[in-house]
Amino acid sequence: MTLLRSLLLRLATMAVTLFGAAVVVFFVIRVVPGNPIAMMLPPGASETDIARLSAHYGLDRSIPEQFLIWLTGVIHGDFGTSISLRQPVMPLVLGRLPATLELSIFALVIAVIIGGASALAGTLWRGTKTEAAIDVANGVGLSVPDFLWALVLILLFGVLMPIFHISGRISPSAELPFVTQFYVFESIVRLRFDLWWDLLKHMFMPALALAIPLAAIVSQLLKQSLKETMHLDYVVLARTKGYSENHVILSESLPNAVLPTLTLIGVQFTFLVGGTVIIERLFSYEGLGNMAIDAVINRDLPLIQGIVLVFALMFTLINLLVDMTYALLNPRLRHA
Amino acid sequence: MNAFLAIRNLSAILRGGSQRVLRSVDLAVEAGEVRGLVGESGAGKSMIGKAVLGILPSAVSIVEGEILLDGRNLLAMPQKERRRTIGTVAALIPQDPLTALNPSRRIGRQITDRLVDILGWTEANASARALELLDEVQIQNPQRVMASYPHELSGGMRQRVLIAAAFAANPKLIIADEPTTALDVTVQKQILKLIREMQARHGTAMLFVTHDLGVVSKVCQKLSVLYSGKVVEDRAVSEFFAEPRHAYSKALLAATPKYTDPFASLLPVDEAVIASVDAEVKAADREWRHV
Ligand SMILES: Nc1ncnc2c1ncn2[C@@H]1O[C@H](COP(=O)(O)OP(=O)(O)OP(=O)(O)O)[C@@H](O)[C@H]1O
Ligand SMILES: [Mg+2]
Repeated sequence: MTLLRSLLLRLATMAVTLFGAAVVVFFVIRVVPGNPIAMMLPPGASETDIARLSAHYGLDRSIPEQFLIWLTGVIHGDFGTSISLRQPVMPLVLGRLPATLELSIFALVIAVIIGGASALAGTLWRGTKTEAAIDVANGVGLSVPDFLWALVLILLFGVLMPIFHISGRISPSAELPFVTQFYVFESIVRLRFDLWWDLLKHMFMPALALAIPLAAIVSQLLKQSLKETMHLDYVVLARTKGYSENHVILSESLPNAVLPTLTLIGVQFTFLVGGTVIIERLFSYEGLGNMAIDAVINRDLPLIQGIVLVFALMFTLINLLVDMTYALLNPRLRHA
Repeated sequence: MNAFLAIRNLSAILRGGSQRVLRSVDLAVEAGEVRGLVGESGAGKSMIGKAVLGILPSAVSIVEGEILLDGRNLLAMPQKERRRTIGTVAALIPQDPLTALNPSRRIGRQITDRLVDILGWTEANASARALELLDEVQIQNPQRVMASYPHELSGGMRQRVLIAAAFAANPKLIIADEPTTALDVTVQKQILKLIREMQARHGTAMLFVTHDLGVVSKVCQKLSVLYSGKVVEDRAVSEFFAEPRHAYSKALLAATPKYTDPFASLLPVDEAVIASVDAEVKAADREWRHV
C-alpha cells in the first residue's frame, strides 16, 4: 500500500518535472533572438515568403497559443515537425537517442571501473605512496572538466598516437546490418565483433572524456567510505577470522561503503549525460547531443523542444532507477 | 611450557613516541583454563588481546617480545600466515554486539564464513554446525535467525550469535574483551553464565578481559592484574582472593563492591598506593632503556 502510494507520488513528481521543463524551454527559445524561418530560406527571400512559412509552422500566433497547440499535439503523440530537417520530431529524436545512451552507459561503466578499482587500491595500500598518487590523480580528474579531457585525449590518442578514432560513431566504409540504432548492443547480438570493435574504437575517447571526472568523484567518495569502515568492529572481527586484507575490504567493507557512492553516482550520471552535448560535438559523434547543437544553431524550435523533453525524461528515469537500486541493496529498507 | 598461549616480554609503544603502552608483559593461558585480565581503564587490557589477535591499531607497534600460539611465534610470521593461524585456532567475543556484526550480511553467513573459507568445511556441514551452536546458545528458531540481518535482533540475541560464531570453529583459545559491558544488567548475567557454560563444555582456553573482580571470581581460574601496561600480579584466582600480594591488587580488591555489603565499597584506590606503583613502573622503564 505504502509502496504503491510512494510509486504514484513518484510518477506524479516526474510528470510535473517534465511539464515544468517543457514550459521553461518552450518560452525561453521563443524569447531569444533569431528566426528559424529566416535561417531556412535562402538570403533575399521576400517578406511574404517568410510570413507564409511562419504561418505554416504556426509561428505567427501568440506564444501561449503556440504552447497549447504543441501540448495538444504531444498528448496525442505528435511532437511537431522539425523545421530544418522537415521530418517529424519524435522519429528523429528516437533515432539518435540510442547512440547517446550507449555512449553514456559506456562512460558510466568506465567511470565505475576506474573509480572503483582506484578506491579499492587506495584503501588496500592506505598510507603508502600509491594512495598519495591516487589522491593526486583524483584531484586532477576533478578539477579538469570533460571537454578539456576530450581535447587532451584527441591530442594524445588521436594525433600523437593515433590508436583510437576521433570522429564519428562507426567507420563510414562499414556495411551496417543493423535494424535498431543500438549498434553496440546489436553488434554483440549478431556476433559481429568486427563492427563491435570498430564501434568501441570510436566510442572510447568520448566515453573516457566523460568518464574521467565521474571516476574521480567515485574514487574519492568510495575510498572515503571504505576508510571509515576499516576500524569498525565487524571489519576488525573479520580480520581475526583469518581473512586476508583484500577479502576483508571486498566482502565486509565494500557492501556497506557502496550505498552512499551509489546515490552520488546517480546524481553525477545525469551531469554526465548533460556533458554528452559538448562531447558528441567535439568527436562528431552522431547522437542526440550533437543533434541538439544543430537544432539550436538552426533555431529549430520543435526539434529543441523534443530533445529537451527526452533529456528531461532520461534524468528523471535515472533518479528513479537509483532510488530503486538503493532500496534494493539496503537490507534495512528492504525489510521495512 | 605447555601453555596454549604464551606472551613473553611483550613491549609496545605508540608510534612516534617512546612511552610504552605494554611494558614487558608476560602472560600465559594453559589449554582449557580461563585467565582473567583486570586493570583500570586504559591499563592496556584490550591492547594485549588485540596483540594476540593481530588487530592492533596502526598507531601501536610492538618493539620486543614473543606471542606464542600453540608454540609458534605469531610475531615471526608474515601477515597472511599469521592471520590464518589466528583464524584457525583462536576466536574473539567482542565487547559491543551492536557494532560487531556486519549490517549488510545475513547472520548465518557471518557464523559459517570462517568454517567454509578458512577451515575448508562444506556449506552443508557449516550450516549444520551453525544451527547446532545457535541452539546451544539458546536461540529460539535458529533457522529463522540464520536468515535474518543483524538489525532484526536484540542486543542480547546478537551477543549470543557472536558467542555461537566464536565457538563454531572449535577454537583452542577465545579472547573475550568485556563481553557483557555493553548489555543491560539483566542480560549481562545470562550472557556471563552462557559463556562460562560454553567454555566448560568445549574446554576452550580463554583470556577474559574485565575490570570486574566479581566476574573474575566466578569465571576464571587464573588472574593477571595490569597497571599502566605492566603485569603487577599473576596468580591463581583462589590464592588471589585469599591473599593478594601486590599493594595495588589489595587496593583494587578493597575497592570492589562486595555483595554482602555493597555500600562499604567504592573507595577510590589510595593515592599512596598509586604513587608507589607509579614509581615501580618508572623504575621498570629506566631499567628497560638500559638493556
Ligand atoms: N588507537 C589508539 N591509538 C593510540 N593510542 C591508543 C589507541 N587505542 C588505545 N590507546 C592507548 O593505549 C592504552 C591502552 O588502551 P586499552 O584500550 O588497551 O585499555 P583498556 O585497558 O582496554 O581500557 P578499557 O577498560 O577502557 O577498555 C591507553 O592508554 C590508550 O590511550
Ligand atoms: Mg578495553
